[in-house]
Amino acid sequence: MTQDAPLLSVRDLRVSFPTRQGSFQAVRGVSFDLGRERLGVVGESGSGKSMTGRAILGLIRPPGRIEAASMTLEGRSILDLPERQMRKIRGGRISMVMQDPKFSLNPVMTVGRQIIEAYRLHAAAPRDQARRKALEMLEAVQIRDPERVMDAYPHEVSGGMGQRIMIAMMLAPGPQILIADEPTSALDVSVRTEVLHIMDRLVRDRGMGLIFISHDLNLVAQFCDRVLIMYAGRIVETLPARDLHQARHPYTRGLLNSLPRLDAPVSRLPVLARQDSWRDDDTLSPSDGDPLSPRADTALPGGL
Amino acid sequence: MLSVSDLNVWFGQIPDRVDAVRGAGFQVAPGESFGLVGESGSGKSTVLRAIAGLIPTWSGSIRVDGADLREGRRDRAFFKTVQMVFQDPYASLHPRHSVDAVLAETLRLQGMDRIDQRIVRLLDDVGLGQSFRFRYPHQLSGGQRQRVAIARALAAEPRLLLLDEPTSALDVSVQAEILNLLADLRAEHKLTYLMVSHDLSVIGHMCDRLAVMQQGRIVEILPVADLRAGRSTAPYTAQLMAASEGYRALEAAPAP
Repeated sequence: MTQDAPLLSVRDLRVSFPTRQGSFQAVRGVSFDLGRERLGVVGESGSGKSMTGRAILGLIRPPGRIEAASMTLEGRSILDLPERQMRKIRGGRISMVMQDPKFSLNPVMTVGRQIIEAYRLHAAAPRDQARRKALEMLEAVQIRDPERVMDAYPHEVSGGMGQRIMIAMMLAPGPQILIADEPTSALDVSVRTEVLHIMDRLVRDRGMGLIFISHDLNLVAQFCDRVLIMYAGRIVETLPARDLHQARHPYTRGLLNSLPRLDAPVSRLPVLARQDSWRDDDTLSPSDGDPLSPRADTALPGGL
Repeated sequence: MLSVSDLNVWFGQIPDRVDAVRGAGFQVAPGESFGLVGESGSGKSTVLRAIAGLIPTWSGSIRVDGADLREGRRDRAFFKTVQMVFQDPYASLHPRHSVDAVLAETLRLQGMDRIDQRIVRLLDDVGLGQSFRFRYPHQLSGGQRQRVAIARALAAEPRLLLLDEPTSALDVSVQAEILNLLADLRAEHKLTYLMVSHDLSVIGHMCDRLAVMQQGRIVEILPVADLRAGRSTAPYTAQLMAASEGYRALEAAPAP
């Protein structure tokens, strides 16, 4: 793994929402670095994992507030940028794929027009070139008949296809970072594998950084290089994905144990007993080396 | 307890008719827990809904406890025997009815007496306790709502529960709680389960036997022990197994 400066560096990120009972902190001091790797972010609903993803792109609506000690993209701060500049980064350099394609595609615009629009916003390309690019992207995400799909409306494609179209659209401007928020949760297992392969290839071939937000521990253990485990708005543990099953934090262990397994039947599933101390204890990380740097032994094949 | 044979379910009229289930057949013994797995669109939920009487357009035979079901409305006796728990606990509870109102109405409709005591009992059964009795759905978490939905299904004292992906909308830690609850209730009330899920490991945990569905047909029926031991015969089952084991790295996968 080439240990150059991280693509994205986040320090002490906080997201808060004012409520009648005072300020509610959805994300409470999250710090991490993202290299050219697949970084998994795991946690239950309400743990702040999606909020972290959205905060990076400045997608928290007022009265929600984003605060951080620093947030840099290739060394330059992207914190509190004016909306016009943020819009250039959003989609252009950092893209996000949301959970459900049904809600992220415009229902009254053909798929082709949406991809072309997304591309031209960032690439200032003539229309015919943008169209070629859109076709190329649809092919890249394994859509068999791109010409037909270009002229289709979102309701005419399946869920798996919709998600691949979203990925195609997000990738057309060639972003350095892709934030994928539960990109496969709405998909069937067979389509899921296909979508994961596409993202895998992009990280490997393009040297992209991927933040993969998921609640599926097994999937993250197999798909990602490194995993952050979030609980109540904080990272409670960070470790190489392949070591996830040796996790030490009781929360991570509890989550892993509560999964039914085909190969190891039990009569009762262990239930997670939550402890208040998890909210504020120190983050656990691999004992060797800097907790935030990707370990050499998790390097991707191909020298990335 | 339940016997389904040559079940066909369709939607719409010719020429736009969609055959969602084609020639499905299986038997569930009293006290058994039977699973239906398959991907979305495979017809597994449709089978459940047809049994519950939520879809009028079906043919074939469905026998519950020896009695043949006909097309059209199910009678009272049916709903005393069979109850259903739905997938989404956020959508299956009326937002403006308190837990108490939901359970009281169901009990009254089932012609039960001593409603007050029964509500107390039901809430205890599903591990909620009295403090939840006068809460509204928005004051409950997803897992708590699913417990209320289960309590509502139990109100009629049914013998067969139809479970439509009862944990797929829940976090894994909450899923474990609900699956344990369902297992306890089955033992306690001697219930028969017909459970639909896309998650093979959930079915493997909960069920004795399962049917694998693909494109409206049952491709295989086998005991869970055989599934675990890899003794499935249909290639599609093996495919589902492989996919449920998670993601294989790109290198190991066939080239696209």
